[in-house]
Amino acid sequence: MADTGVLETLLQRVEKVDDGVDSLAVATSLGVDHQVIVGAVKSLQALGDVISAELRSSKHWELTEEGTEIAEQGSHESRVFSCIPQEGLAQSELMKLPFGKIGFSKAMSSKWIRVDKAHEGGPRIFRTVESIDDQVREKLLLVQKGHSTQLEEKEKNELKKRKLLSEVTVKSYWITKGNSFSTTITKQETELTPEMIASGNWKEKKFKPYNFEAMGVAPDCGHLHPLMKVRTQFRQIFLEMGFTEMPTNNFIESSFWNFDSLFQPQQHPARDQHDTFFLSDPAHAHEFPQDYLERVKKVHSEGGYGSQGYKYDWKIEEAQKNILRTHTTAVSARMLYKLAQQKFTPVKYFSIDRVFRNETLDATHLAEFHQIEGVVADYGLTLGDLMGVLHQFFTKLGLKKWVEVGNSGVFRPEMLLPMGLPEDVSVIAWGLSLERPTMIKYGINNIRELVGHKVNLQMVYDSPICRNPPTHF
Amino acid sequence: MPTVGVKRDLLFKALGRSYTDEEFDELCFEFGLELDEITSEKEIISREQGDTKASGASDVILYKIDVPANRYDLLCLEGLVRGLQVFKNKCNRYQCDLPVDPMFAALHSPQTEAVRPHAVAAVLRNITFTQERYDSFIELQEKLHQNICRKRSLVAIGTHDLDTISGPFTYTAKRPGDISFKPLNQTKEYTATQLMSLYKTDSHLRHYLHIIEDKPLYPVIYDSNGVVLSMPPIINGDHSKISLKTKNVFIECTATDQTKAKTVLDMMVTMFSEYCAQPFTVEEAEVVYPDGKTCIYPELAYRKEKLSGKFINQKVGINESTEKIAHLLTRMCLLSQATGAGDEIEVEIPPTRSDIIHACDIMEDAAIAYGFNNITRTTPRTYTVANQFPLNKLTELLRQDLAAAGFTEALNFALCSQEDIAEKLGKKISEMRAVHISNPKTAEFQVARTTLLPGLLKTIAANRKMPLPLKLFEISDVVLKDETKDVGARNSRRFCAVYYNKSPGFEVIHGLLDRTMQLLEVKPARGEGYHIQTADDSTFFPGRCADIFVRGKNVGRLGVLHPDVINRFELTMPCSALEMDIEPFL
Repeated sequence: MADTGVLETLLQRVEKVDDGVDSLAVATSLGVDHQVIVGAVKSLQALGDVISAELRSSKHWELTEEGTEIAEQGSHESRVFSCIPQEGLAQSELMKLPFGKIGFSKAMSSKWIRVDKAHEGGPRIFRTVESIDDQVREKLLLVQKGHSTQLEEKEKNELKKRKLLSEVTVKSYWITKGNSFSTTITKQETELTPEMIASGNWKEKKFKPYNFEAMGVAPDCGHLHPLMKVRTQFRQIFLEMGFTEMPTNNFIESSFWNFDSLFQPQQHPARDQHDTFFLSDPAHAHEFPQDYLERVKKVHSEGGYGSQGYKYDWKIEEAQKNILRTHTTAVSARMLYKLAQQKFTPVKYFSIDRVFRNETLDATHLAEFHQIEGVVADYGLTLGDLMGVLHQFFTKLGLKKWVEVGNSGVFRPEMLLPMGLPEDVSVIAWGLSLERPTMIKYGINNIRELVGHKVNLQMVYDSPICRNPPTHF
Repeated sequence: MPTVGVKRDLLFKALGRSYTDEEFDELCFEFGLELDEITSEKEIISREQGDTKASGASDVILYKIDVPANRYDLLCLEGLVRGLQVFKNKCNRYQCDLPVDPMFAALHSPQTEAVRPHAVAAVLRNITFTQERYDSFIELQEKLHQNICRKRSLVAIGTHDLDTISGPFTYTAKRPGDISFKPLNQTKEYTATQLMSLYKTDSHLRHYLHIIEDKPLYPVIYDSNGVVLSMPPIINGDHSKISLKTKNVFIECTATDQTKAKTVLDMMVTMFSEYCAQPFTVEEAEVVYPDGKTCIYPELAYRKEKLSGKFINQKVGINESTEKIAHLLTRMCLLSQATGAGDEIEVEIPPTRSDIIHACDIMEDAAIAYGFNNITRTTPRTYTVANQFPLNKLTELLRQDLAAAGFTEALNFALCSQEDIAEKLGKKISEMRAVHISNPKTAEFQVARTTLLPGLLKTIAANRKMPLPLKLFEISDVVLKDETKDVGARNSRRFCAVYYNKSPGFEVIHGLLDRTMQLLEVKPARGEGYHIQTADDSTFFPGRCADIFVRGKNVGRLGVLHPDVINRFELTMPCSALEMDIEPFL
């Protein structure tokens, strides 16, 4: 808040005129810095519609630092002239003075002084005239007093060339009366205080308006990771649809449960070293349900359950190999096997957890990602049921087009029957990655900015809540 | 899913009509395929190598079509056309002709047994190649090699000009030094040993060398005059190479998997017998085994399956007559008819459909022919009550409150380098109960993490420009070796938090522990509650580390990190950390 005195003085000036005053003129006439008046204008504006101020800009001439010095002490040439006594001055002495060099040549060209080069003891300078007229200083003084209009353009430009004057743009306010103009000022309160509430004197106070254009202070808080926010949302959708969560906290899996039990042949390219992470320690799994393992071996190598099988030499050594699971379907297989060991009851299962692929990495592929999986097992499920449940799931996501988002299908009898599930039970399932919808939702192009230590924490701080996972893929 | 590229105009000519791109896309979709891309050779080269390289390339329009991985019969123009034509109610039959003379004798010595035990063969007699047919013939071999043949490891195909060689042929295995011939497109003879080093730098062939490289004997096929036909699965001989002028083609497949060898041979001959003087007719070859047993190839077996209309209706979720279903299946190259015994349908599976191994595959074809989009969507009536996995439920609840306590959630990889979990933390890898990966492509995937701490420290290092303090947490699984589990390892759910600032802030991390315990309803007390107790750990600054005890059990550790650890993670500020197991709180 500017000094009340200045504010009131300004208001009085404004009151006296009809068409307003210029802030620069007010400053000059009050003999204060222009910034003081600008501050007063801002303060008055903050009080409401007391005044109205229109920003104007004008050009005017101003003395440079050197020009100011000359206005005070005279031009370099006049100072040279006045320091030369009657008996003259050695040129070397003159040149030692700070203004000596420039002043000398100017005074010479004005013919105020002369040099006696042949003088005994070196060149010596003498006055040639009695008195001089320091026009440069006078012109500068005129400008300094604000009368630059009295000079001709040519004169001003010459002084500008000598770097004594410069033309500057000045911003000033044209101040006129506002709708609630008054020459007295009521002091405004910045904030409501406990004392005001206690005494009730807030009723008499005027409060300074808030600047609603400014941002608030950021709260000091923690943040959840965007991928985990989307995970929470998918989890919620499954729970709303009555799906039970599978225990997927086993990253290490045997090839048996990850591949063989799913009727994936042992020569399948997914089981290649280039696609799957194998373990060197612990390299092998032991303990398989032995009779189930025999049935799996048989259906691969000979067929059965109405299947031709793959007709190859199925090897236990291949099945024993430990890997980092390549899909959560390995857990679904364990769950379905477990289910088959009891009296069958229909189930709906889901999981969202990490899976691992020994793939070539790029902007959208990492060696590990989260797989979302849904499984329904019941008597007589149809392809129509699969499409229906997918439709419901993706509708909950707010998606209309879901064809290319993930995979879906009906588990093969060669997988289900060796487990011991009843023949008329069908199992439908679908899966998709968690990362892809999250990247789309949060507009992230490089997966490394989302997952892993290279994450951009600012992105985590700034990410919005996930009400609906992405509205489009 | 393999992608097959075919020239659009050739395709339309073979189909007998032309389509708009949209019409053809629709036809593919109905047949269970996907028109992936419409492009040209020029466009592909320009995209991959730039416009200048593409300037001379052909701008004939190519359709790139995605076909299901097990539909080997759709990997070439001929197969695609036949499939789509049958879909439009046209059909043809494959048959075998007796051989002109028994030509192929496979002497399965114990040597071939050890390296590549199976061989099958057939002859395409009086074939007429054009440039397009020839290109397609070569392309199909390549596609089969890459797919069902598993990059030639399971099966390798050799095709020869029969008129340049004379049977019977001998399939044997010899020491690499004892095999010598002029390989395809070379000008002089090489021994097998020389060939293996010659092809080390061949961008294409080097990928197959490993299949036989370390074997003492290499497989080789000779004709009756000692001419080398091929050294499978690497290269054919130059002598018998086929050309546009070749009239009679001898096809041999050698394999480690006999079923696949027979399938591949069936595929080659069914696709290209179309161009023989007697279309769709193949000449048989006799294979004589070491034990004297003989087999005739190709098998071209037509199999019959019987299933009920009810089965199809129930599995698909439709209600169609037996006759309609038989008609649908016939459209998918599966000649079917109602037998009249109830709703029984007899389905004939042609040799091209090796992917059909169960009635459920027939059901899928019926669904494709019916049109997935025509199936009414239904809601399973499965009534179930949902349950959360208790460990995940606890995790979800804790995460919310830890964020509310001012900590930000990080999400790090489960795989990392040995260094991350050992040396950098001032520990020895031998002391960690870590599981080790045998085939990592980079050091980032050597082990599964045994602790969450390195991930959080790396997250800080990558975000050093962020304003201090940095307060991070993660609740996730680590993996530990565990003899009691069937796979010898188990996950352990951990909670880890770090505080990174100009001062260590042990009291902040300690306060977070107190808050966590409050959330978990554990009181600060020895015995039944929780307490912390000084501990020695090389990861932490001496005297600034404590074990966390809950109901007398050690569940984790907290403290100020050792300056060496801070340095090794390329950090510059003091840092305190907490890591604990949350499974005891279930």
